[in-house]
Amino acid sequence: MSLVARHLEATGTTTVVGGSARDIVEHCAVPRFCFTDFPLGNPCGKPGDVAMQTAIVGAALDLAESATAAMTTVQTPHRWDERGAWRTNFMRVGPDNADELRRRGEERLARQRARRAADR
Amino acid sequence: MAADVDPAAVTFVRYMDRSRDFYAAQGYDRPYRWAQHDDAPFRPLDRPLAECRVGVVTTTSLHREDDGDAPGASGRAFAQAATPHPSRMFTEHLEWDRDATHTDDVETFLPLRRLEEAVAAGTIGSVAERFYGVPTLYSHRRTARNAELVEGWCREDGVDVVLLIPL
Repeated sequence: MSLVARHLEATGTTTVVGGSARDIVEHCAVPRFCFTDFPLGNPCGKPGDVAMQTAIVGAALDLAESATAAMTTVQTPHRWDERGAWRTNFMRVGPDNADELRRRGEERLARQRARRAADR
Repeated sequence: MAADVDPAAVTFVRYMDRSRDFYAAQGYDRPYRWAQHDDAPFRPLDRPLAECRVGVVTTTSLHREDDGDAPGASGRAFAQAATPHPSRMFTEHLEWDRDATHTDDVETFLPLRRLEEAVAAGTIGSVAERFYGVPTLYSHRRTARNAELVEGWCREDGVDVVLLIPL
């Protein structure tokens, strides 16, 4: 998505990326980035929270006008919850799920091999 | 300060590290090479935001009942009428946090209603008649082709500002 923003901006359109994967977006470098520190899935606000959605979309729109240089990031003030357990749970790898992940990888590999054999 | 957050550390999740380790644990030995640049293009607005037409790009796909191959899921970008608003979008093929949340409220990632309210409030001039979908692809080359498609649609629709919202 960041690559699309770069292309649109380079061809003459003002862009704002709104998202929650800050490292990925800033690694690619985009003109303007409105960052909300939420679990992946709701970059424009919590489900059902119209006031928060309005505030986040508003912050992204403001950034279109207020940024004066490329690679400007603003962070919205919203917090997903108090504990922040989602940060450690997502895509977690640990001793307790290592076998399960290895098995999942092997199953996927087997499916890919079967598909390739069927295509021949 | 949240109980599980180390105040001395960067608080946002490092998804590049996280996904590399997650897929390595599943036997992928070649980590994904994320796009990387040291600078970015910049095009300042040439008119007030209140006069601008705003378009939206999503990484989600159109939801079709009884259709396993949802438009967008195939890898090609699409343009879709913004009204009536889609009541849901297809997100099952994307990486997002299924334990923490859900994607049943489309406005949390495709904010067409919130943008219409911004028009009513006078913040922006109008919302583009179509929104655009760009699927997340591993191939930078194919993404570049999709970017050209979106560029053309934005031109046809007279879009001044584009919000790009990856799920």
